[in-house]
Amino acid sequence: MSAMNVVVCVKQIPDPAEPGKLEADNTLDRSGKLILDESDSYGVEMALQLVDKAGGGDVTLVSMAPDNEVGGLRTALAMGAAKAILVSDDALSGAGALDTAKVLAAAIKRAEPDLVLAATESSDGYTGTVPEQVAALLGLPSVTFAKEVELADGTVKVQRQTEAGYDEVESPLPALVSVTAGVVEPRYPSFKGIMAAKSKPVDQLKLADLGIDAGSVGSAGAGQEIVAVEEAPAREAGEIIEDDGEGFARIVAYLENLKVI
Amino acid sequence: MALDRIWVLAEALDGTVAPITLELLGKARELAGTVEVVYGGDGAHVAEAVGAHGATKVYATGDLSGSLPGVPVASAIAKQVQDGNAPDLLMVGTTYDGRDIAARLSVALDRPVLTNNTDVAVDGDDIVVTAPVFGGTKLVKSRFTVGGPYIALFRPKSFPAESTGGGAAEVASIEVPDGGHAKVVNRHVEESSGPKLDEAEVVVSGGRGMGDAEKYQVIEDLAKALKAAPGASRAIVDAGWVPYSYQVGQTGKVVKPNVYIAAGISGATQHLVGMKGSKNIIAINKDPEAPIFSVADLGIVGDVHKVLPKLLEALSSR
Repeated sequence: MSAMNVVVCVKQIPDPAEPGKLEADNTLDRSGKLILDESDSYGVEMALQLVDKAGGGDVTLVSMAPDNEVGGLRTALAMGAAKAILVSDDALSGAGALDTAKVLAAAIKRAEPDLVLAATESSDGYTGTVPEQVAALLGLPSVTFAKEVELADGTVKVQRQTEAGYDEVESPLPALVSVTAGVVEPRYPSFKGIMAAKSKPVDQLKLADLGIDAGSVGSAGAGQEIVAVEEAPAREAGEIIEDDGEGFARIVAYLENLKVI
Repeated sequence: MALDRIWVLAEALDGTVAPITLELLGKARELAGTVEVVYGGDGAHVAEAVGAHGATKVYATGDLSGSLPGVPVASAIAKQVQDGNAPDLLMVGTTYDGRDIAARLSVALDRPVLTNNTDVAVDGDDIVVTAPVFGGTKLVKSRFTVGGPYIALFRPKSFPAESTGGGAAEVASIEVPDGGHAKVVNRHVEESSGPKLDEAEVVVSGGRGMGDAEKYQVIEDLAKALKAAPGASRAIVDAGWVPYSYQVGQTGKVVKPNVYIAAGISGATQHLVGMKGSKNIIAINKDPEAPIFSVADLGIVGDVHKVLPKLLEALSSR
């Protein structure tokens, strides 16, 4: 099999372990350190394995993030990706999914990939539409929700998650595939990998470098506007008890009361 | 403005119209005078069911010859819109195919898709959709700022499905300009016994706190004893303990059972979004600070390996 060039879309997000905050304009606060979205580590691992099996080629990361953030990219480079393209531009603040897809698509085009991988959705915005929008913008066929990916003779074969089980789907290359978490076991970066990542190339681009008009994306072009953020109706506080060995009996009584048993 | 016409993307599995389609039709009827559906397949398969839920017309692509629906269905809808046959709003379910179709269509029409919504309302001149964020603790309301047709994705179980008793909807064929290149060559149905996760009255879910894959068995046993569906947090699905079809959460299934039992689940945002609509929530976790207790009606701070076997024994001896 010939060399495969794979692009992986990766998102750098605020640490999900920290409570999320909103900015004054109700967009997500993305200031501070950003990390590699764990959902994307599966795509990076999958790309590394596919390139390895093909016997050659490169894994290129493509990301859009504020403030030239590279923290998450370095993690993925340390896993073994060869290089990265990062688009960072103040005009992208407030960008919606479609704008993001336009930016990623323009950056991906530069890498001329045989295959584009992405997560099914990010862990912060979780619109779940960006991969398919990127495919549409690039005019590529796409298979979303892949739980197994195999390459053979210019074709990508995918086991795609469905409501009932899974479908075997085939698509000609180049194509875009979005992978579910758990599809592969992401490797931990080695010390050597971490050191090597520091000198791997990160191509930092502005919208103008991609020929995208700043007025057409970000808050200016999103086509949507947040009108209010409200507290969701809270659930009435429940009864929390320490198990003294009889906790199970409380559950039984609760279920009896509901006539479930 | 009022909404004159809403289209709902219809989906079906083995000839049965998906519950989400009927839920969306219920809401659509409330908002617009004319409710129609678009269907990627043979319209005759869905005409009766969607008609009984208030749709008067099915725009159907006909058989997709094995193509994944994203490309062909989006191209067919885009063609209708470009030819002047357009709804004010297209409502799509957050499903595997629904997201693909909405995303492809958004590029074809250069319109945003607003995602993860649980409600939609007409507010003066605006269409306002509501999406939960931060584990459902806050609700974000957004309006569309460019012209229609507006495209919005809705989470399952956001609206009740109610029959109107209407007759079969009229079927109209629509052209598919782009058939797509990604083809389904084989389908696999994973057989499962017991009630379906998103339809069960009782759901028993396990998480990382169960310890390891083998210890998940007690969840399956409890589910059986309660005629419940077994579920799981994303952490243990990712770890490969149970199949993806078990997953409750933002990714995975949204469940709203009468009783939801969360065992060894800390309650990450990802999980809470998928289950906090349950009527009654019971949580068992050894960490008293676990976020799952913030939504629990009954919380047991304790060791799942002690509480669950005793619970199973008590249920089995009844």
